[in-house]
Amino acid sequence: MKLIMIFISASLINNFVLTYFLGICPFVGVSNKTENALNMGLATTFVMTLTAAVTWPVYTYILVKYNVAFLQYVAFIILIAALVQLVEMYIRKSSPALYRALGIYLPLITTNCAVLGLALFMVLRSYSYIESIIFGFATGVGFTLAILMMSGIREELEFADIPKPFQGISITLIVAGMMALAFMGFAGLIRG
Amino acid sequence: MAENNGYSLWYEFKKGLWQDIPPFRLVLGTCPTLAVTNSVINGFAMGMATLFVLLGSNIIISAIRKYVAPQVRIAAYVVIIALLVTVADMFLAAFFPPVSKALGPYVPLIVVNCIILGRAEAYAQKNPVVPSIMDALGIGIGFTMSLMVMGFIREILGFGSLFNIKLIPPSLFEPWIVMILPAGAFLVFGTLIAVVNYISSRKSAASDKA
Repeated sequence: MKLIMIFISASLINNFVLTYFLGICPFVGVSNKTENALNMGLATTFVMTLTAAVTWPVYTYILVKYNVAFLQYVAFIILIAALVQLVEMYIRKSSPALYRALGIYLPLITTNCAVLGLALFMVLRSYSYIESIIFGFATGVGFTLAILMMSGIREELEFADIPKPFQGISITLIVAGMMALAFMGFAGLIRG
Repeated sequence: MAENNGYSLWYEFKKGLWQDIPPFRLVLGTCPTLAVTNSVINGFAMGMATLFVLLGSNIIISAIRKYVAPQVRIAAYVVIIALLVTVADMFLAAFFPPVSKALGPYVPLIVVNCIILGRAEAYAQKNPVVPSIMDALGIGIGFTMSLMVMGFIREILGFGSLFNIKLIPPSLFEPWIVMILPAGAFLVFGTLIAVVNYISSRKSAASDKA
């Protein structure tokens, strides 16, 4: 039951993009086409799940055990960068088709603050190992959902007559604001 | 950037304040811009923490720029930045616990604030220490100002207060709750970008006529 709660909470109610403002850069940058947005979302979900799976043992069994938890930021960012690099190399060798679809998005994920944010929230809320993995996956799903919806709206916006100063990023952020308002409606899903 | 305008430290400083003002023009560092600006004080604290990290990283990176192999530079920069952020985080937690609590995980998230890595890549690794300091100060202060403007608008509309002091009695003005919610952050930020776009298009139109 708790796992389901974590999943719903991380993907819908406390959507990383729309309530914690994490991962805004790719959210604005890669959301102009639905196809790109979907690929970016999938790549991010994959890396997030892996990040949760790897950072949790490192934090619990190395950083906490040897009393160097203050090094967590350094450790996490190195882990994420290394992980992204490994994933990129592995995909390039094993599946060229997948690499063509996801390749250019993978390096961008290192600087996606949502991935580091995920590791930090995981520690902050002291999730167990299974919970962390679910949390990582759900966060990725939430990100994919948000970026996919945004790309759909932006494709329509191409044909809209927007006042000049509002064009581009400005209107994207205002639309994101409306989406955040809509997502607030999910807050009633979990009571107590 | 600097190369075609001669070599003026004042220019390096000044460009961060309007011409390259980080969140509005370069649209970098958007996470903290949106997340912590529900009050002026939080915006200011976040701006200062970022300024500290940016200044430190610009100084160190420009000082070691000749010794770092280009293949590993990003990794090296990220480690430097992460260490500086750890220092800033501990400093805030030790001396300003309420601020540290209010900013929460957004202080460690300075590590992935694209402004800092962006300045390291675009400026500090190509320029000597002194201009890099000016660059960091300009961009950092521009960033702090932007956060405070966002905080000002959201705090006065969302709480009817400024610097945590109630200014407008609730009988005169019903605070707009939406302004302190995430949605309000997106709306204010989007509108401010539009305003900046509008002013600069007016400016360039005026200079075209002259």
